[in-house]
Amino acid sequence: MKHGRLRFLIGALLPALVLHVVFVLSPYGQAFYLSLTDWTGVAGEAHFVGAGNYARLGGDSLFLDAVRNNAVMLICVPLVTIALGLFLASMLHLGGRSGRSSIRGAGAYQIVYFFPQLLSLVIVAVLWQFVYNPTNGLLNGALRAVGLDGLARSWLAEPKLALPAIMAVLVWSSVGFYMVLFSAAIDGIPKELFEAALLDGAGSWATFRRVTLPLVRDTVQVSFVYLGITALDGFAVVQIMTVGPGGPDGATEVIGLSLYRAAFFYGKFGYASAMGVTLFFATLTFAVLALRSGRKERLELS
Amino acid sequence: MKRVPIHLAMLAWGVVTALPLLWAIVSSFKTDNDILNDPWSLPTEPRWGNWSRAWSQANIGRYFFNSLIVVGGGLLLTMLLGSMVAYALARYEFRGNRLIYYVFVAAMFFPVFLALVPLFFVVEQLGLLGTYQGLILVYAAYAVPFTVFFLHAFFKTLPSEVAEAAFLDGCSHGTVFFRVMLPMARPGLVAVGIFNFLGLWNQYLLPLVLNPDPDRYVLAQGLAALSVSQGYRSDWSGLFAGLTIAMLPVLIAYVVFQRHIRAGMTAGAVK
Repeated sequence: MKHGRLRFLIGALLPALVLHVVFVLSPYGQAFYLSLTDWTGVAGEAHFVGAGNYARLGGDSLFLDAVRNNAVMLICVPLVTIALGLFLASMLHLGGRSGRSSIRGAGAYQIVYFFPQLLSLVIVAVLWQFVYNPTNGLLNGALRAVGLDGLARSWLAEPKLALPAIMAVLVWSSVGFYMVLFSAAIDGIPKELFEAALLDGAGSWATFRRVTLPLVRDTVQVSFVYLGITALDGFAVVQIMTVGPGGPDGATEVIGLSLYRAAFFYGKFGYASAMGVTLFFATLTFAVLALRSGRKERLELS
Repeated sequence: MKRVPIHLAMLAWGVVTALPLLWAIVSSFKTDNDILNDPWSLPTEPRWGNWSRAWSQANIGRYFFNSLIVVGGGLLLTMLLGSMVAYALARYEFRGNRLIYYVFVAAMFFPVFLALVPLFFVVEQLGLLGTYQGLILVYAAYAVPFTVFFLHAFFKTLPSEVAEAAFLDGCSHGTVFFRVMLPMARPGLVAVGIFNFLGLWNQYLLPLVLNPDPDRYVLAQGLAALSVSQGYRSDWSGLFAGLTIAMLPVLIAYVVFQRHIRAGMTAGAVK
């Protein structure tokens, strides 16, 4: 029995551990080391350059554009997505009595809202490239159809519009998921609390602010972290949709794209790894800050 | 009366969500001329030719097949390895248990971009660049950590009486796992399986870097390549047909299994 136990444990753990070490742990480890070298892919030709790559990153204007764009996305995408998701989720519940039971057609709405979440970001990006097409796209077509010809633009070609256009796509693709998530969180709030609020004469807005929002706060916080991490990526959408990609003139450059280009077009593997390490610390800092804030004032629901 | 604005708001977002998708599907039945002249018009007659052109000439069919192999293999391997690790860590006590758990779970918090460059060389040195096996192994390696995290919690909650009875009947550890515990864990396996399937099916960055051979492109990769290739840039109807072929199976499967799928997709975030 004892013997069989050991054999079973080894059989269950070892294959996955080997896979994990070879394809996950060792690449992560190597990345930190490579970021301190000038390696260009030739075996044995990696020279240690210390923090040289990082110093160069600080003077790389395209990389700084990428950092700025990722920072803008990191703030805007989660905020807009969460606001819209919360709004739709509470609308779904507001329609019913006592702030909980759902409105008519709630099921159908949830099905449709969730569609974009199921699609690969590649499909979403190719689709929206068509939507934004200046001459035959859906968006300009819609604007012209309602007589707003003046608002029609080349959405992805104007430096000021390209990044917001990209962020809109990211928001579009994730609102449904977070709406379903928040909706489930609201369903988890005890019914009595809404009834009490109703008895106290609280309106919809007051109920939302004083009851719903504090009680779904944890879910919102976790969502913020997930969305932020997605926004720190943004690679697929930018690489497929934008001119350049990353353009016009660096307006939509993101760190992932800079890294991909440095590594797989220019063969600067050491430099690219330094970007990866930078991205890692940015992600880590963001996640820690976002999860820490407001820990103390957390509400306990007994 | 009070509910009219609510319905309007809900409807508005429904239209914003569904319209681009419907537009792509409808456009896949139109001629290029119809699309270019009036993006809003309905097709005069359904042009199935667009679909067959996308399927065979633009290789969407082959990409679809490649995706099936790679995702199928990756998913199977992920579920097998992930459930074994999660079960062993959740139900057995031994030295190093916590350490192994954290070694797996910590990987969830690292961006894949960090590993990208060294991963490329690891796969190249193993001679697996551009092969199905290479992608399957990498897919599984990156999907196992979340699977372990999710199923570990799930196996912890299962009662131990049934397993104890099976041991008394003389079942081996392996038999207890495969015959008793795995079937009991079915709801958890379904949820995380759906989550993994969508994640792998929609994977883009890993194949982009590790799968350079156009004959082996997966669906997402092939669509992205088509949308920027000179020959197809102007073939709107063909591209719309390709998009529709890529979207429809997932959307139809979703409408059929929607409750399960939404539960599976959101379960990871709620934990």
